[in-house]
Amino acid sequence: MSALASLLRREMALAWGRGGGPLFACAFYAGLATLLPLASSPEPQRLASMATGAAFAALALASLLSLERLFERDFEDGALDLLALGAAPLEMVAAVKCLAQWLATGAPLAALAPLIAVALGADPRLAPLVFVSALAAGLGFSFVGGAGAALALGARRGGVLIAVIVLPLFVPPVVFGAGAIDALASGLDWKPGLVLLLAYCLAAIGLTPFAMAAGVRNALG
Amino acid sequence: MISRLWVDSLAVERGERRLFTDFSLEIASGEAVALTGPNGAGKTSLMRAVAGLLRPAAGEVRFEGPDGPLDAEDARAGGMHLLGHLDGLKTSRTAGEELAFWAAWAGAPPDGVGRAVGRLELESLLDLDVRRLSAGQRRRLSLARLVAAPRPLWLLDEPLAPLDAARRALVGELMAEHLAGGGLILAAVHDPLPVPAREAAIAGAATPVEAVP
Repeated sequence: MSALASLLRREMALAWGRGGGPLFACAFYAGLATLLPLASSPEPQRLASMATGAAFAALALASLLSLERLFERDFEDGALDLLALGAAPLEMVAAVKCLAQWLATGAPLAALAPLIAVALGADPRLAPLVFVSALAAGLGFSFVGGAGAALALGARRGGVLIAVIVLPLFVPPVVFGAGAIDALASGLDWKPGLVLLLAYCLAAIGLTPFAMAAGVRNALG
Repeated sequence: MISRLWVDSLAVERGERRLFTDFSLEIASGEAVALTGPNGAGKTSLMRAVAGLLRPAAGEVRFEGPDGPLDAEDARAGGMHLLGHLDGLKTSRTAGEELAFWAAWAGAPPDGVGRAVGRLELESLLDLDVRRLSAGQRRRLSLARLVAAPRPLWLLDEPLAPLDAARRALVGELMAEHLAGGGLILAAVHDPLPVPAREAAIAGAATPVEAVP
C-alpha cells in the first residue's frame, strides 16, 4: 500500500514539476472560455443561456490536454516496465495514475469551472453545483481518458488518436453535469443529473483499470 | 522466493521476425548465467519474456521456490529486478528522489536506501537532477535499487557497459554477494561477467515467421 502511496506522490510531483502541466491546462481552459463569447454573440442574455454548457464542454476539452503523457512518458523511458514488475497489479498502477491526474489537473480545472461559468453570465448561485459536478466529471474524464491513453500507447500521433477515442465517451458526463446545472437554473430537481454523473464515474473507476492494464500489457509485449 | 528458474524451449517473435526458437535454460539459486549472442539476437527479448513483459510465441518460463513450483505471476511480483537500457529515471527529478521512489516501489526495507547509497558511492549525487548525471552515474543509481530492495532474481541487460573499471569491480562484488545469498543472475553481456558464470548463447539467426514450419 505504501508503494502505491509513493507512486501517487511521484505522479503528483511530476505533474506539478517543471513544465507545470496543470497550469497550462487551466490557461487553455480560460482561453477557450474567452473565445466562446467572441465567436458567438456578446449579448448577455444569449451568452448566459449557454454559459454552463459552454463551461462544461470547454472543461472536457481542457481535460484532454495532458492525457497523452499519462502513460506515454513512462512507456518511453522504461518506467512502465519497472512499474509492471512491482508487487502491485498493473490495474492498481493505472488507477493510481488516473487518480493523480484527477488531483493534479482535474481539481484545478474544477476550481476554475464556476469562475468561468459565472464570467460567461451564469447565475452565481449555480457556482457550488458547477464546482461539484465539474469535480465529479473530472474524475470520469481522468479514468475514461486514461483508458484511451493506454489503448493509444505506442501509436504514432497518439494524442490525436486519444481524442478521437475518448471524446465520444466524454458525452455522458457533459450531458449529466450540464443537465443537472440547467435543472437547478430552471428550478427543477438537479439531483438525478448529479447522481447519474456519479454513477458514470463509479463505472469508469470500476471498469477502466482493467482496460488500461490490458492496453499497457499489450504495448509492453 | 525464487530458487530455480527454467526457460523451456522458448520462441520469441518480434513483428514479422522470429528471433529464436527452442531456447532452454536452467538457473539455480547461487548461479549466474551470461547470455551472449550478436546484436539483435534477442537477448533483451528473452529477458523481457522471463520478466513476463513479453508473451513468447512458444515455450514457457517456470519458477520454483524452496517449497516447490511457484505460480509465475506470484514469483514475478516482488521476485525479480530488471535492469535494462531504459532505466525509467525521470530527468527532472533528483537522484535521491528517484532512488527513494524506486526502492520503495520494489519494497525496500527502511535501511535499504542508506545501505545502497553507501555501497554504490552515491552520496554526492543525491541532490543532483538525473539529467545532470553521466551514463555511468545513472547506471549506478539504477543498480542501487537492486541493493536497496533484495529480490532473488536479477535480470541484467548489459549491466557493465557504461561503468569504469573500478565500478565494474564493485558490481562484481555486489553480484558475488547476491549469489552467495542464494540469488540468481541472468545477464546479457558482450564482455565476461566479473563473477564465475555459465555461458548461454543465443544463435541470432532471425528468420521470417513464415519460414518456420
